[in-house]
Amino acid sequence: MIRRLFIANRGEIALRIIRTAQRLGMTTILGVSEADRLSLPAQIADENALLGPAPSAASYLSIGREIAAAAAARADAIHPGYGFLSENAGFARAVAAAGIIFVGPDVSSLDAMGDKLKARQIADEVGLPVVPGGEAEDKAAARDQAAITGYPLLLKAVAGGGGRGMKRVDSAAELDRQIDLAMAEAQAAFGDPRIYLERYIGRGRHVEVQVLGDGKCAIHLGTRDCSIQRRYQKLIEEAPAFGIPEQPLRALTDAAVRLTQHLRYRGAGTVEFLVDAETFDFYFLEMNARIQVEHPVTEAITGIDLIEQQLLVADGQPLGLTQARVDFEGHAIELRINAEDWERDFRPSPGRVKRASWPAGPGIRVDSHIGKGGEVPPFYDSLIGKLIVAGKTRAEAVARLADALDGIEIEGIQTTAGLHRHIVADPRFIRGEVDTRFLEGLSIGSVQGSAHG
Amino acid sequence: MTKDIPITREDIEEIVTILDQTPYDQVDVRIGRFTLKVARTGKGWSQELELDDVAGVAPALEPATVSTEPKPAADDSTLSIRPPLPGTFYRAPQPGAPPFVEVGDRVGPDTVVAIIETMKLMTSVSAGCCGIVEAIVIPNATLVDTEAVLMRVRPDAA
Repeated sequence: MIRRLFIANRGEIALRIIRTAQRLGMTTILGVSEADRLSLPAQIADENALLGPAPSAASYLSIGREIAAAAAARADAIHPGYGFLSENAGFARAVAAAGIIFVGPDVSSLDAMGDKLKARQIADEVGLPVVPGGEAEDKAAARDQAAITGYPLLLKAVAGGGGRGMKRVDSAAELDRQIDLAMAEAQAAFGDPRIYLERYIGRGRHVEVQVLGDGKCAIHLGTRDCSIQRRYQKLIEEAPAFGIPEQPLRALTDAAVRLTQHLRYRGAGTVEFLVDAETFDFYFLEMNARIQVEHPVTEAITGIDLIEQQLLVADGQPLGLTQARVDFEGHAIELRINAEDWERDFRPSPGRVKRASWPAGPGIRVDSHIGKGGEVPPFYDSLIGKLIVAGKTRAEAVARLADALDGIEIEGIQTTAGLHRHIVADPRFIRGEVDTRFLEGLSIGSVQGSAHG
Repeated sequence: MTKDIPITREDIEEIVTILDQTPYDQVDVRIGRFTLKVARTGKGWSQELELDDVAGVAPALEPATVSTEPKPAADDSTLSIRPPLPGTFYRAPQPGAPPFVEVGDRVGPDTVVAIIETMKLMTSVSAGCCGIVEAIVIPNATLVDTEAVLMRVRPDAA
């Protein structure tokens, strides 16, 4: 039984995990870097443990420091959140070796899905269609592979996820430079510079399936549409994925469950697909073996606390849910609010928040670690909060969203709330006509010009 | 550490539901070191969370920012390369890789001389001028702001 839970993460997800763990009666211990000592999650956690200096490499990405801190705090289990070490098989192994429960899938699943090339291969074996592409060990190999795949193409981190290290390349002339940037981002985000390339599919929708497994049984908790992105970073996520006929949607969720079952997967995961916006043909992209940023929209339509499910499965309990008992109700939309100056090419905007007013009320959920006086350090990603609204229908959720957005007032730093006001007012968004190039069609000059880079 | 009673989002929703049936526009709830302000706005309700310890008291983050430009020599005619945004300055595309440029290298306007990492994003830094790299002013992996001079370039003789 998990009594003392160590959280190896920061920001809104650390706070989110602490909330559920405390509700379940666990004592929470948060590992913090020097930059996060005064953060809201650090104040709410029952205990704090200092990991090290601010840069991630010396704190949140340091396997040694995380485990030393968790062991010193006599933690029974470690929740890795998302990003950082959440899908690092080496970390999961080290956690197990220290006699601590890793709140996540087995190392075998992390190995299989963490290496995106291996994941493609397994998906292929299980009968899931994949996007054409392959490995690029070095620039020479990348050029050879690019010649086969053709341009435009996408560079992706082998150890990746969450769009980090992902670059679109339109011609051979750009390849070398983009490889440098992609490898540097992959190294910074995952500690592994390896990349692979994949054919770029222009008009697609990003649709994903939330899955849960206990090692024996696997079920899905429905779909999410995350098509509205900028540079492969999701901006808006909705559940369920809307406007897709029942038959292809069922094929998609079946495929996701088949893969989850095949892996004897334990815990929460997400199987991501690229769906052709017109034919609804779908391709397997990757499986994220962790909780995702956008999990609240699934929670909103199922009433299931995904962090709780992760903790129960990690504790060795069988799934208390069956597919038949998962009910879907209503529609939910999440907006990511980032500390970025979206009118100046989305420049990061770290700093001290002088005032943070978020909306409140029925059908509105805010997951944020930023209150008045909160610090947004330059060392980590720019997410400062998520606004989640729910309604009986998509139309109701969209209507509620516009009003809720007006309630966001963040002073002291620049945020993407203003951009969201434009998106939410866009007739295509209101009608539900979304694809991964949505932002390019947004009628704001500065956004159009920077959709690719 | 003193334990505060956590305010959940269900609590906030309940507060709003109750307030909505009253003529009141705002309520401040004080729990331990936290103050939660729930207020009526034009179209709904807002929530603001304030923490005693943090607001106005916490020292601002003090990164090892190098923002003061070293005094150039009297006859200095070199050009400065500055980062386009604040972040961590890296001389090489990844740890262990050779630096983009060394002292003595020739650069052109589009030559990539460094990368800046800010909030996990990498931005490449172009030289923006023609000439020979005369000095690399700032050590690798230093947090810099946009005023920092990363490198000096001796321009080609006109």
